[in-house]
Amino acid sequence: MVIYGTGLLAGCYLAGVFLGDLLGEVIGVEANVGGVGIAMLFLILASDALIKRGRIKPVTRQGVAFWSAIYIPVIVAMAARQDVVAALDGGVMAFTAGALAVVACFLLVPVLSRLGGSGEPLPEPDTAGDA
Amino acid sequence: MSPLDTLARVLEGNGLVTAFAFVGIVIWVSYLVSDLLTGGRIHGSAIAILGGLALAWLGGTATGGSRGLADISVLSGVGLMGGGMLRDFTIVATAFGVNFDEIRKAGVGAAISLVVGVLGSFVVGAAVAFVFGYRDAVSMTTIGAGAATYIVGPVTGSAIGASSDVIALSIAAGLVKSMMVMTGTPFVAKAIGLNNAKSAMVFGGLMGTTSGVAGGLAATDPRLVPYGAMTATFYTGLGCLLGPSVFYFVMRALVGG
Repeated sequence: MVIYGTGLLAGCYLAGVFLGDLLGEVIGVEANVGGVGIAMLFLILASDALIKRGRIKPVTRQGVAFWSAIYIPVIVAMAARQDVVAALDGGVMAFTAGALAVVACFLLVPVLSRLGGSGEPLPEPDTAGDA
Repeated sequence: MSPLDTLARVLEGNGLVTAFAFVGIVIWVSYLVSDLLTGGRIHGSAIAILGGLALAWLGGTATGGSRGLADISVLSGVGLMGGGMLRDFTIVATAFGVNFDEIRKAGVGAAISLVVGVLGSFVVGAAVAFVFGYRDAVSMTTIGAGAATYIVGPVTGSAIGASSDVIALSIAAGLVKSMMVMTGTPFVAKAIGLNNAKSAMVFGGLMGTTSGVAGGLAATDPRLVPYGAMTATFYTGLGCLLGPSVFYFVMRALVGG
């Protein structure tokens, strides 16, 4: 059933966000620490185990696949609700600070990616733009 | 009641569904623009994200609110659709079927990138603040924290007692960063080797802004999203931890008071 997939996803999400909040409280910061990342790890491990045992039916997979595919539209909606006016109102200093931080980090990506050997490029995409 | 009033009532009363329809149209137009005007060279989702930001600017200008298009009442559902809950839920969904070995292989590099990313943004932001005449430790720390993310900035600023205009500047710096990562990533992806799981994880750790990383990678290659997002979600927590403590103490030692 489709809901088994969505239910598994929701369970991993809630467990991860819960642990992220707990972690934030333990180290004393007012933020969720890695909740989404932890949730992703749970989903990866759970799906790995279930797929290996052949316990995931294609229809169950659809219950996750839909949410994964709706991701880009959600990101577009997220962009549409940003406080762009405030960002532009920050003036030259805010713009310079944000922009230089981005440029510096862009430049560091190839440097740090080489640590411990470069990664293998993903294969050429077969379906471009199936958002 | 005129039919237009009735339509507005229906759209407002069904906000999330209205948002689905609206975003669908935005993406359809964006792919048309991508095909017809750029010959497919600029990816449709990059144009859609840019379009979303432009619409947010229009919404913010029209209403004076802080939530972009979502402050226009018939489009309030865009706020729910693009809010933290659905964003994080769909990000987690992208992890389904990801290869765990890839993540283990990138583990050390990704962890280093988190620390380098947070500290690097702090230093760059604080240096810019210094150049623009903010020479006290509290302001430099707060603006440096804003250059990390627009959440780390205000959290750090309130913790060390920064004034509200400095906190507003730190939020603006973080917003600029997030939007630049969203729109700039597809254009630099090739030059910085952003075509594999490992560099995507390093990228997420260096940039840190979850919205920026999520949007930027989505417009580059959606298959990179889960890797970048996974490390990026640790960044804000780390920044909130280091900002008001280590970073503030170092700043105070350097510039005094």
